[in-house]
Amino acid sequence: MNNMLEKIENQFEMFQILNEEGKVINEDAMPDLSDDDLKELMTRMVYTRILDQRSIALNRQGRLGFYAPTAGQEASMLGSHYAMEKEDFLLPAYRDIPQLIWHGLPLYQAFLFSRGHFHGNQMPEGVNALSPQIIIGAQITQAAGVALGLKRRGEKAVAFTYTGDGGSSQGDFYEGINFAGAYQAPAIFVVQNNQYAISVPVEKQTAARTIAQKAVAAGIPGVQVDGMDVLAVYKVTKDARERAVNGEGPTLIETITFRYGPHTMAGDDPTRYRTKDTENEWERKDPLVRFRKYLESKGLWSEEEENKVIEKAKEDVKAAIKKADETPKQKVTDLISIMYEELPSNLEEQMEEYKVKESK
Amino acid sequence: MAQMTMIQAITDALRVELKNDENVLVFGEDVGQNGGVFRATEGLQEEFGEDRVFDTPLAESGIIGLANGLVLQGFRPVPEIQFFGFVYEAMDAISGQAARMRFRSGNTKSAPMTIRSPFGGGVHTPELHADSLEGLVAQQPGLKVVIPSTPYDAKGLLISSIRDNDPVIFLEHMKLYRSFREEVPEGEYTIELGKADIKREGKDISLIAYGAMVHSALKAAEELEKEGISAEVIDLRTVSPIDVDTIVESVKKTNRAVVIQEAQRQAGIAANVVAEIQERAILHLEAPVYRVAAPDTVYPFSEAEEVWLPNYKDIVEKAKAAINF
Repeated sequence: MNNMLEKIENQFEMFQILNEEGKVINEDAMPDLSDDDLKELMTRMVYTRILDQRSIALNRQGRLGFYAPTAGQEASMLGSHYAMEKEDFLLPAYRDIPQLIWHGLPLYQAFLFSRGHFHGNQMPEGVNALSPQIIIGAQITQAAGVALGLKRRGEKAVAFTYTGDGGSSQGDFYEGINFAGAYQAPAIFVVQNNQYAISVPVEKQTAARTIAQKAVAAGIPGVQVDGMDVLAVYKVTKDARERAVNGEGPTLIETITFRYGPHTMAGDDPTRYRTKDTENEWERKDPLVRFRKYLESKGLWSEEEENKVIEKAKEDVKAAIKKADETPKQKVTDLISIMYEELPSNLEEQMEEYKVKESK
Repeated sequence: MAQMTMIQAITDALRVELKNDENVLVFGEDVGQNGGVFRATEGLQEEFGEDRVFDTPLAESGIIGLANGLVLQGFRPVPEIQFFGFVYEAMDAISGQAARMRFRSGNTKSAPMTIRSPFGGGVHTPELHADSLEGLVAQQPGLKVVIPSTPYDAKGLLISSIRDNDPVIFLEHMKLYRSFREEVPEGEYTIELGKADIKREGKDISLIAYGAMVHSALKAAEELEKEGISAEVIDLRTVSPIDVDTIVESVKKTNRAVVIQEAQRQAGIAANVVAEIQERAILHLEAPVYRVAAPDTVYPFSEAEEVWLPNYKDIVEKAKAAINF
């Protein structure tokens, strides 16, 4: 019995390219990325780290609402997203704002999502994405449907979706990967295992030693990757995408990562459930530090370049929050008008009532 | 025109829409080669192919989740939930997701899906097959809930439901599937959603019903006629939104009403109908608006259906109570 478990677990050893010192330890697996690509990846990770810091500050000032910190997960989020194309359809969870932004959602709209304004959810034309999913797991079954839709349309594109380690315990998680498998649909399911679902460590989610091996239940490939290693994350996602668009079905990717901040800014205090030692251990694995060392060793990155990115991010945040501030306030009539294509009789009546109220 | 049972009318509507719109997809458990557990989709896979009419794994949440994804690629899904008692598995996908698609995307996306599902008592089904749960979905903003009682209504309402660009729950009463035939036009026709139908004109009392209870109300009206009481029978046809205008107009004429449902008294949608009447026509009422409903227990063990389900006698009794108030 134990022998069998061991055999299964051995199939899911963590895939890595860069070690913590930024040294390549898996030369054969190096993805085909130009110098510009490598710099762009670093740019996005730095920008996103600043975005996280600014978002936390703005949340504390009451200028943002719901916010789930992302620091630590840059490689997992942006390495996987970088393997995607514009035509791919993104189904993010509530923490996956960075992927949404790099997929084309304007920053001020991401801020409006945080505050709770419907305009934040109005994807611009050509941005193939849903707004962040709050119901953990719902995005997984939906991704199976988007992927089947793409397959039926004959598109060379994929549906890609994210959940956390806790999310892999949901029924919809299993149903989604199983449906995509049964239809051999072009879907990529990323589980960002950041070790904790709020306060509950991953050991309390499941006795399975990896989440990647849950793919076995759906009969699809699963891979565990170092989620602090942007090159490794990019590589496995790129491979999964290639298989998917070639009609070879979905893949489950588990990224081993960590969030440095709290679960959300709504009062979660990580010191209640994790030690300073744990945090220090993960900070040594910081995806930015590692990738910076790698790029510097290739002469592709400097402090000056990094500072430019930081300044740009800060300016963008300032402009975006201003634009969010200038967005007209929501009215009940707005909310009624986006319920149905044609209003049913009850809403028609309520629309008239609120029009009168709002005109006073 | 052809004589059809309700199930044939439903199959016919699906065929019309599969032919009419290549984005229409029919899927669910056993709806493909098998033609559905009630033969509602019989012959459709053969005619339209496996890409249009297909089976799914056995997982209701996955089925509606799949539909929620397919709408994002421009499809018009018509998924089936084998029995509506299984809707609990899919409540998030329906009420938490599909119903809110247009709203949460700020009108940039929509979920034009029609969820078909059988329900209803009187045919001795096992546990959680017959429960009337329309009250649950009727409470969810963003949905429309349609319950036909005749073959003619079923076809026209199903075509309208499929063409509607927002999600519709289409509930099919199992006892009505093959209980009678009716003239149903060939080809396409539609019946507007949200519109009730007066199945029998009357002047002394309004009997407001839906589903199998429409036929019980019609039978009760016949009995009442023998005693000189003229009952008007209104078939709601859509239970969300309800056709308040037709109801209120009838009550203003008859001054009395009974609202009839198969669901338990604490469930269904009868309380909503009563509330609308009292808000809009209280000065026209000669008696309280009574309800005919099932007892507030779990749906009965099959051998107890006969004593538990509301029937025409219950309706006659309540109607007389209103007349003699």
